[in-house]
Amino acid sequence: MSFYETMARLEQLPYGTLWSRYTAEDVKRALRAEQVDEEGLMALLSPAAEPYLEEMAHKAHRLTRTHFGHVMQLFTPMYLADFCVNHCTYCSFSSIYDFPRKKLTLEEVAREAETIAATGLRHILILTGESRRDSPAGYVRDCVNVLRRYFSSVSIEVNPLSTAEYAELREAGVDGLTLYQEVYHQETYRALHVKGPKRVYRNRLDAPERGCQAGFRSVNIGALLGMYEWRQEALATALHARYLQDKYPECEIGLSIPRFRPYLGEFNPASDVTDRALVQIILAYRLFLPRSGISLSTREPAALRDHLVQLGITKMSAGVSTEVGGHSLEGGTPQFEISDNRSVAEIAEMLRSQGLQPVFKDWDILSEPLGLR
Amino acid sequence: MQDPLMIGGVTLTSRLFIGTGKYSRNTLIPEVITRSGSQVITVALRRVDPESSDNIVSHIPSHMTLLPNTSGARTAEEAVRIARLARSAGLGNWVKIEVINDQKYLLPDNMETIRATEILAAEGFVVLPYMSPDLSAALRLKAAGAAAVMPLGAPIGSNRGLQTKELIRILISETDLPVIVDAGIGRPSEAAEAMEMGAAAVLLNTAIATASDPLLMAEAFRDAVSAGRKAYLAGLGPVEETAAASSPLTGFLA
Repeated sequence: MSFYETMARLEQLPYGTLWSRYTAEDVKRALRAEQVDEEGLMALLSPAAEPYLEEMAHKAHRLTRTHFGHVMQLFTPMYLADFCVNHCTYCSFSSIYDFPRKKLTLEEVAREAETIAATGLRHILILTGESRRDSPAGYVRDCVNVLRRYFSSVSIEVNPLSTAEYAELREAGVDGLTLYQEVYHQETYRALHVKGPKRVYRNRLDAPERGCQAGFRSVNIGALLGMYEWRQEALATALHARYLQDKYPECEIGLSIPRFRPYLGEFNPASDVTDRALVQIILAYRLFLPRSGISLSTREPAALRDHLVQLGITKMSAGVSTEVGGHSLEGGTPQFEISDNRSVAEIAEMLRSQGLQPVFKDWDILSEPLGLR
Repeated sequence: MQDPLMIGGVTLTSRLFIGTGKYSRNTLIPEVITRSGSQVITVALRRVDPESSDNIVSHIPSHMTLLPNTSGARTAEEAVRIARLARSAGLGNWVKIEVINDQKYLLPDNMETIRATEILAAEGFVVLPYMSPDLSAALRLKAAGAAAVMPLGAPIGSNRGLQTKELIRILISETDLPVIVDAGIGRPSEAAEAMEMGAAAVLLNTAIATASDPLLMAEAFRDAVSAGRKAYLAGLGPVEETAAASSPLTGFLA
């Protein structure tokens, strides 16, 4: 059993008429429910829920404060390498673009880490382009060995790996895995991923489950919103999260809500995800999965982020660069353009002004450093 | 009224234990401590950052007994490692064992908790295990060296009150360890009820931290815990199904 079977079922749903089936009564029922089920989730994602966003927001806010309190976990991404063997139509790191590629040396990793750690952040998400040759699991592991001197938690966002490779990284001290499916709709997935191993849909779809099996403390998933019809993609993402949560109860399953952003190329997304739609997605996620973390990136503009922090968000990035070495070295090519350029201190101040406590540290890596074993 | 609670060689006059999580700012913590009258405060080691200018421990007055917890542990081994880290970080030798394998409901794993308690009690820790209220597990925790047991009233952060009341009543009746009701208490009246039942203390965090006025709520819980304890000591009158006549109806037969 894999989530692939659930996807096969979802793809048979009559989407042409599905969303219009839901009524105000269905939405109210979902809002009253102790636990929102799959039908309730669809009602909350449907057009019938649009007049109920305010009620959904109040419940989402209440649930978030009850389960997470008035705290917001902060982290930042750190790009280690931008070599990539794939051609994805929406990404600056695509192999078709000709720009000087970079990969940090371990000394450069330490310098980046020092710069980031000086802001107070203790949680980091490390990223690479997708190239097993240039940034293999062994390279990531070596970087983690450096990073754990500076951070109390390290997560990865790299190309899908095997369970054994994930387990090796967990042993090295990696706590969490982030892996976006990008697009759950299979036909669109094939069209957007033109060349390279990323074309293999199922390898990517099953990778978060391999991360759970390898024992990561947290696994974070998401769809790149805008690449296909958003209601359908949000439904698949939420059900994927529920599938993993039910099957791997020891793992914290989190959700991200990245929206498409400008990059080197000229691809235009198929589905316009308005701010209202983004809010509806966040609220539906929170009501469906009350205890799951929801992450908000700097893809969203500052003014919108300032509002979203009250609606179910529990983690957000701050002080972000999407370039390899962008924190301490000469900048490279950004993977995409960010919209919120505020520093960690500025984000922390914004949170405090809203009655929220920025949390810089919420875990300690418990495995022994490799050198001490 | 002298009614101290002795745990791990420490004499406590307050039976309200509080937490440090979920507050909008750490600077609220000293005020909550003052208003609640609490003497024991739990802190998640996962949040402790000695290098931070806003280190959570720096907001806790030195007269408090620190109860570091192993929040985030999935196994006995992780809990043991966290407890040792806490002690080496200077947080004392009390520890609240939290081993949670279920991220959906955050229910504790009693088996792993017993294993961690055995190890840590043998190392000289004062171990207060958070547990599902199960009598066999409580007896095993006692045998493992626990200084108290901390059954949940309802899932963490749920504010649902004493959903496990009957099971907690059995623990109070059948064990001679202090029973500290932990998690789920959302209202002062529920804290009072736990104390009326004979709980030795209650531990709560969400109900105070997420109240509109945390300081006033801290006071409310202080008073409720105190009132519930006094009622327990006073001995509650029996509850009758039917009205009891104050003058005997069959006295003429004597």
